Amino acid sequence: MKPMLEELKTGKILLSDGAMGTELQRRGLPSGACPEEFNVSHSEIVAEIHQSYIDAGSDIIQSNTFGANRARLKLHGFENRVEEFCTAAVNNIKRCGSSRIYIAGSIGPIGEILEPLGELKLTDAYDIFSEQAKALAAAGADVLFIETMMAAEEIEIAIKASKENTNLPVSASMTFELGKAGLRTMWGVDVPQAVQKITEAGADIIGSNCGKGFDEMIQIIAEMRLLTNKPILAQSNAGIPEWVHGISVYHETPEMIGEKVVKLLELGANIIGGCCGTGPEHIRMMREIINNR
Amino acid sequence: MIETLLKELSLAVIDGKQNESISLTNKLFEAGLPAKDILDKGLLPGMEVVGVRFRDNIIFVPQVLISARAMKTSLAILEPLLSKSDAKGVGTIVIGTVKGDVHDIGKNIVAMMLRSSGFTVIDLGIDTKVEKFMETVKKENADIVGMSALLTTTMGYMKVVIDKLKDEGFDVKTMVGGAPISKSFADQIGADGYAKNASDAVKLAKDLISIKA
Ligand SMILES: [Zn+2]
Repeated sequence: MKPMLEELKTGKILLSDGAMGTELQRRGLPSGACPEEFNVSHSEIVAEIHQSYIDAGSDIIQSNTFGANRARLKLHGFENRVEEFCTAAVNNIKRCGSSRIYIAGSIGPIGEILEPLGELKLTDAYDIFSEQAKALAAAGADVLFIETMMAAEEIEIAIKASKENTNLPVSASMTFELGKAGLRTMWGVDVPQAVQKITEAGADIIGSNCGKGFDEMIQIIAEMRLLTNKPILAQSNAGIPEWVHGISVYHETPEMIGEKVVKLLELGANIIGGCCGTGPEHIRMMREIINNR
Repeated sequence: MIETLLKELSLAVIDGKQNESISLTNKLFEAGLPAKDILDKGLLPGMEVVGVRFRDNIIFVPQVLISARAMKTSLAILEPLLSKSDAKGVGTIVIGTVKGDVHDIGKNIVAMMLRSSGFTVIDLGIDTKVEKFMETVKKENADIVGMSALLTTTMGYMKVVIDKLKDEGFDVKTMVGGAPISKSFADQIGADGYAKNASDAVKLAKDLISIKA
């Protein structure tokens, strides 16, 4: 298998996977439990979810490590288990035994506000991200996926910590929402600012993930493609969740998003996949669309 | 003169100018205006504008935090000067992000807006368990429990809290909010109210207090 960036250079579209959180919930992750701890205590469930995405045709599988940083794990009293959870998470992908997939180490936001507006020191944020990035790299990840970021300073630190402490390619994506001021993150970052910041910080892949659904994602990617020649990643939520009979249900079904996925590819997305609410069926449908191009 | 200073104070809060906000608060106080009036006619109208602008995507989290800081420092000057009855406010709210959830930006903004509107707010922070909610409601004799969730994996915990409060016979209203939360979700889990944003949360809290009274 070629390194991911080389593969992307040939023009190949890579298919990532769908949600982990909502899939864990369907399999009994209790409300409020620590999803990253499941890598150790319920590794067979985590591996089963990875396998379902491999079977659906994913080229990239993301580790269950979105919140596996010291600050977030501390809420559950697990702050000293970053390395353990990251290693177990990568191993849960490896044990599926597929030789044709890339393992992406997922890195999410720290969940605190950076100084000067908040309490989190820039140097502490750097150390927190470095610890996670190093652990994922040591465990055998092929690429790091920094995702769901909303603040420009935080994504910058996450990218630098990843690039300076590992030799892995790095993808960095932010979450936008369409409002009266156009597409913005909750911190007010627009698409041009995001592209500039992510590029300057040195990421290899630029993207957007999560959000309100595929229609907004199409607008985001259209704007992004005009601003960068780098590979673009697009991993949308399956719409906005609704609560039905005790579980959150997303309404963008695989059938509904077919044309939208075609559009994303036409616009120049290089890596596609799903975020919250997408499952193996969404990924299978994307596989078919990619294969039929 | 006083009118102009009050307007300038509102603007200082809106623009997040902390030093200006402090000096205007002091000036108004030296001019003999009661602390309560400085709060109600200067600081609060400013914060209200901030809430509306945030709701309408004209400003974003960083600007709200900067305004909040200006508001907070001025409020700190006034607090010892507010009479006990003024300071007690319109009602007591216990607020927290539910267990397992780590985002608390939205909740912080709601807490701040409520506080700015005269509520006594006890902020339990993030990752709040049901026992902590109950214990605090009891201790503070709270009127409302406000819960926030940003993850679909944690929103279900709101129902756990609401059920428990009901089972234990607490005389308290519940309100919920957060990115994945909707009116229909709030209805299904038996919450007394749902707020789409921080501005709505203030209005809802006032409504709930008036029902309860
Ligand atoms: Zn998502």
